[in-house]
Parts: sequence; structure tokens; C-alpha cells
Amino acid sequence: MAIDAATVRKVARLARIAEPEEKLETLARELNGILDWIEQLSEVDTTGVEPMTTAIHTPLPMREDVVTEGGDPDRVLSNAPKAAHHFFVAPKVIE
Amino acid sequence: MSELTALTLKAALDGLTAKRFSSAELTQAHVDAVAAARALNAFVLETPEKALAMAKASDARRARGEAGRLDGAPLGIKDLFCTEGVRSTACSKILGDFKPTYESTVTANLWRDGAVMLGKLNMDEFAMGSSNETSAFGPVVNPWRAEGGNAALTPGGSSGGSASAVAAELCLGATATDTGGSIRQPAAFTGTVGMKPTYGRCSRWGVVAFASSLDQAGPIARTVEDAAILLTSMAGHDPKDSTSLPVETPDFAAFVGKPVKGLRIGVPKEYRVEGMPPEIDAIWEQGIAWLKDAGCEIVEVSLPHTKYALPAYYIVAPAEASSNLARYDGMRYGLRVEGGNLTETYENTRAAGFGAEVKRRILIGTYVLSAGYYDAYYLKALKVRRRIADDFDQAFEKVDALLTPTAPSAAFSLGEKSDDPVAMYLNDIFTVTVNLAGLPGISVPAGVDKSGLPLGLQLIGRALDEGTLFALAGAVEKAADFRGKPKKWW
Repeated sequence: MAIDAATVRKVARLARIAEPEEKLETLARELNGILDWIEQLSEVDTTGVEPMTTAIHTPLPMREDVVTEGGDPDRVLSNAPKAAHHFFVAPKVIE
Repeated sequence: MSELTALTLKAALDGLTAKRFSSAELTQAHVDAVAAARALNAFVLETPEKALAMAKASDARRARGEAGRLDGAPLGIKDLFCTEGVRSTACSKILGDFKPTYESTVTANLWRDGAVMLGKLNMDEFAMGSSNETSAFGPVVNPWRAEGGNAALTPGGSSGGSASAVAAELCLGATATDTGGSIRQPAAFTGTVGMKPTYGRCSRWGVVAFASSLDQAGPIARTVEDAAILLTSMAGHDPKDSTSLPVETPDFAAFVGKPVKGLRIGVPKEYRVEGMPPEIDAIWEQGIAWLKDAGCEIVEVSLPHTKYALPAYYIVAPAEASSNLARYDGMRYGLRVEGGNLTETYENTRAAGFGAEVKRRILIGTYVLSAGYYDAYYLKALKVRRRIADDFDQAFEKVDALLTPTAPSAAFSLGEKSDDPVAMYLNDIFTVTVNLAGLPGISVPAGVDKSGLPLGLQLIGRALDEGTLFALAGAVEKAADFRGKPKKWW
């Protein structure tokens, strides 16, 4: 499953990272190096093995669906690159 | 006042209790040591005024007879922990000048017990690295140098700042985090003690997320007892982290010095890897002999899937990271680099804000989670992860703990492995299995290699059995009698 420059372009787009055209070949080579090494996992017989998604053996706790804190827009916005009228400002998405 | 910075945490706390010195004096000595050690690049933010104010408040508490477990002890905090009003960046450009409006649970627990914050410690960007070279603030330098050489060595990573600062006596202890070995490998490289507790022991709330099913906070300290004291404060159930375990936190320090006679220690034969330096093998044999002398029974065990742990980790961790790091979009905090439209703004922000290794891992993670590859890579890795955890379960039917080397080498030169991602990843070959299985592991300094550089031994325990690990680590520490200190050159 070798990765080529076109695949890197597509994955970078999915990851929302701008990668310049001239870097795609290098990245493809690096990622292939890592994936070739990962390929050894195919040697492991995993027939009938349940995928392990967590190291916690107890069920996740539930809590009451109530407001615990909030009502503090200044705190929420204090690190915003752009904010106005207690809102985050994002680039326009609807013409 | 360098004698104050040379104290162990325990000795410093005893000195404060006996009123031999004040926290203001102890803290000033450390503030001065930090300012004089900038060549190490261990701190990315020094907070001397905050430290001295906290020390003064601590002295006032002590005068009122209200001193807590860590009252007045100056500590360093890894920059992955959010600290209220104090810049927290995970050593990434993408967080810019981020000042959290909240405090991580682990650091809040330390302040509750009276600890003093000296500043924020350098680390690999988003904790992704094994040499501290991926930090946006530049690499940390190991205070240790090879005998007869002055080449700059890595303190390991990702908690390189924590390890370097503790080894150089800039703080009495430090917080750190471990996703694949980031507490234990730097501890081994700097002659310090590093404890990665059971997954769920310490709250992840307010710790910048890398790979949520693997990340766990823990201490780096100069002695096993100091590490136990710190973990006792850091740990505890936190309803704000759904994976925080609802269990009592024992007084871990009470386990240090307990007899280990009769404990069964497993030696996993798969950890004897090809190309391992003979010195690593020798220190491991030495550790086995020490525990045998202490009355332990040594049992050879098998963890057959060990060699598959790193490749499985390099699917699971990047997959979780690609999801966790999706939040850095330039809209709510941190860096924003404008583009012609929203998508371009996202892409430009993330291109400028993330470093090369972080981008590499996000791309791998995105790829293994993408349609058509999910089953072949991600699901396969999760099944192998189960196999690795099952290996440990079977081993712990026969033994109480496992003894292994911590890292496959001593500290290497800065720049030596930075061009080869897979060679860098292999640093974590002995530590990463523990994260996948969610188990506790501790690294203890055990000796030096032929260049006089520290080497560590790792003890791995059953889930929530940190107490046994502290007892065993104490026994190894006592037998090794490791008193080496880096010669001051900074």
C-alpha cells in the first residue's frame, strides 16, 4: 500500500495542512518508510481478537445532564485571535 | 545557597518542617539556579515572581500550622499542563501565547498541597518525540556529558525539560507525562527517577491531549521516595476526566523501604533485542542480581508480542493525535494565518503552526483512519494492542512485577537521530508496551555506561499496583547506590 505524492496531497487536504507541491515527494518517502516498518503487524494472527480501544475496564460513568459552569463569555473568548460582541470571528463561509 | 537546591524533596520538606529554612529561602535558591542554567534550555517560561509569592504564602500557612504535604516545595511544570493565567503552549507555535483560564487537575492538586511553581518546562512539541528536538523553543540539553567530551547530549523526550531540570537541581521535582515512554526514557537518560502510573491514576483534565487512550501524567524526581511523595499529591479521582479511576490514592511513600522478600520478578526474554549494547544487558543482569539478593524470586517470562508494540503504537497514537489536534483551527485560540477562505485559513494556520514531526504524525493518523485503510491499519493495531495487554495478563499470573532496561542506549547526541523517524521511535521499544496495556512503570537510575552516562532499569507492575513498584524501585535504588551527579558546566 505505497503512498505516492497524490495520496499525500489528498491526506494533507483531509488533515487541513497546506503542504507545498515540492514537499509531497519527500513526505511520501518518509511516510512510506514508517508504513513499511508498521507492515510487520500483518504477521500477527488476530483472528477472533476484540479490538482494544481503552485500558479502562469499568464502564464510563454517567452524570446528570445539567449545566455545571458557564455564562462567562469573556473567559471563553480571552484567547481568541479575533472576537466581537461575545462571539468568535471566523472567515465568511456563506456568500 | 546551592546546598538548598541539592536537597531531596523529602529532606527539603523535613527542613521546612523543622524551620531550618523558609520556603522563601528555598525558593529563592531555586529561582537563582534556574536563571543561571539557561544554557540547558530546560525552562520555556520562568515565573520567579509567582514562585516567590507562592513561597511567601506557604511560609504564612506553615506559621499558622496549616502546611500541606508539599508545602513550600518549588517544582517545575511540564508545558503540557494548563496553568491558569500562565502561558501554556505544549511547546508548539500553534498555541502561540495561549494563557489558560483554568488549571489542570494535576497541578491544582499540587498547589492544594502547598507546592510552589518555578515555571514551565520544555518538551517535544505536543509530547511527540524522544529527544526534545521537536520543541518550538529548541532542544533541551542534558546536564550530563560523556567523560572527556563536551558534545551536547539529549535529555530524552518528550519530558526532556523536566528530566534536565531535576538532574541539574533546578527544582526539587517536576511534573511530566508519558504516552510511549516520555517520563521513563528521559529519567533513564538523566539519572533521575520517573514514574508513569496506571492509566487513569492521574486526571488528564487540563493536560493538552496527544493520544488520549495512552497519555498519563506522573512525576520525575531525584529519588524513589520523592517520586512517591509527588505522585501521592498528583493522583486522585477527578469527575472531570471520564477515564479517571474512582479509587483511593494510597500514601505511596509508605511503600518505599518495605521488604521485597518473596516477590516474584519476571524477566521477559523478548526484551533481549538484537544489537542491544552489552552495557544495557550487563546493567539488566546486575538488576536481576540485586533483586535476587533482596530475596526476590526471578522467573523468566514470555511477552511474545513485544516486537509489535511499537508499530501498533505508531498507528494508535497518530490516529488519536490526528483527531485530538483537529481542534487547532485558528478560530478560538492560538495562531491564525489568514487565507482566501475558511479552509485556506485552516490549512495555512496548521501549516505554519505545527512542526515537521507533528505534521508527519497527523498525516499518518489521518491516513490510517481514512476510508479503505481503517480496517487494515487502525483496527489491526487495536487487535494487536489487545494481544500485548493479554501477554501482560498472563505474565502477571506468575509474577508480581517485571524488570527490564528502560531504554536501549544511554543518552545520545543532539542531532544524531533527528533525520530518521524510525530510529528515533525505537528509543521507546521497552517503554511503549506499558502504555498500550495501561500499566504502571518506573525507571530507576542503576549505573553508568563506559562514558559515565546514566542507565536506567524499568519495573513494570499490575494495574493500580504502584505500591509494589515503589517498594521494588526502592530496593534497586538502595542496591545501586547511584550517587552520580552531572558535573556543572552550565
